[in-house]
Amino acid sequence: MVMKVYGDGMSACVARVLLCLHEKETEFELVPVDLFACHHKLPSFLSMNPFGQVPVLQDEDLTLFESRAITAYIAEKHKDKGTDLTRHADAKEAAIVKLWSEVESHHFNPAISAVIHHLIVVPLQGKTPDAAIVEENLEKLGKVLDVYEEKLGKTKYLAGDSYTLADLHHVPYTYYFMKTGHAGLVNDRPNVKAWWEDLCSRPAFLKVSPGLTVAPATN
Amino acid sequence: MGGGIKVHGLPISTATMRVLATLYEKGLDFEIVPVDMKAGAHKQEPLISLNPFGQIPALLDGDLTLFESRAITEYIAEEYSDKGEKLLCQGCKKLKATTKVWLQVEGQQFDPIASKLAFERVFKGMLGMTTDPAAVEDLEAKLVKVLDIYEARLSKSPFLAGDCFTLADLHHLPIIYYLMGTDSKKLFESRPKVNEWIKNITARPAWVKVLHLQKQ
Repeated sequence: MVMKVYGDGMSACVARVLLCLHEKETEFELVPVDLFACHHKLPSFLSMNPFGQVPVLQDEDLTLFESRAITAYIAEKHKDKGTDLTRHADAKEAAIVKLWSEVESHHFNPAISAVIHHLIVVPLQGKTPDAAIVEENLEKLGKVLDVYEEKLGKTKYLAGDSYTLADLHHVPYTYYFMKTGHAGLVNDRPNVKAWWEDLCSRPAFLKVSPGLTVAPATN
Repeated sequence: MGGGIKVHGLPISTATMRVLATLYEKGLDFEIVPVDMKAGAHKQEPLISLNPFGQIPALLDGDLTLFESRAITEYIAEEYSDKGEKLLCQGCKKLKATTKVWLQVEGQQFDPIASKLAFERVFKGMLGMTTDPAAVEDLEAKLVKVLDIYEARLSKSPFLAGDCFTLADLHHLPIIYYLMGTDSKKLFESRPKVNEWIKNITARPAWVKVLHLQKQ
């Protein structure tokens, strides 16, 4: 039975899972969830994810939520095919992958998602973005990218010289971020820029990025 | 690997406590290298070379250096899976996947709110700053929505991932410990299953040892 992913390809968190599935050359079925009609708040959806968020993964009798738990599950289940996303054969390398995955979770994501929320989502809701929050989070993001700039001067990817989940998890929000007027935060850092261009050249990215269709209303 | 584990951090730091609890659960020997945060040591050598974000803890195990407490705990749980308490349900793939879900829930749903609440209620006072009542009210309103989900979850199993204590439960300990010492404790105590779970996990000998370190 093919894995089912509940969600829409334009959601950054869903895209994270789709990238992983493509890297792992794993078949799946995408089951759309109409967020605008609030189907993610219906009891039938909440029984899969009580937090009422996409994505959800169903793999036979297993139901999972939280995109980074889903990618970890897929990467482990299919560790012997496709891209090695976890460096599982070496305990030390695997630990470093988890370390930079946590960096994405706790340093990168809070800052970039706040910027995306205010520059893209809030205008779509007909409201005015909070410029102070955007400014504050752009500054935080800049400091994180300074650390990345130094790290990516030493290794090709965040966790070492191989592409892993630690890089993958960054892709969807960065893609949206680069459509705002603040792409300079990436482009002005040569190592980060080269890393980003490399991530965008991957076949899995080319399959998933057409689905990332939410556009900023203003820059 | 093994032998000579060093933790750069402080026993009052929530992230350091997360790592210490894991080391005690595994019965591993380790040394704490204190980091004088008040003197800004976390932004200087040697810590800044261990963690470019200038935060504690950092862990050294042989020639491996790690930071980010949740990456450290997961490394310890896997590398030393045959020692001490099982913190990841290794045998059962379904349980391991569910543990990963609730590890992320702690990191993505619980911690962003609860750590800000702990900052307002506890750490601001330590830093000579004033608690913002409006922020507390807002954060508590968000936290109860998460705790309602926990209450429903813990009605189905004694621990978040299932029948056994895992890292997913452990990761909550430091922030919950601090919040239970404030008026915010009512949010936990008013939910019977959550309250029972907290009593259970805070009674673990490994956690008691971590708290004992704070008194030294």
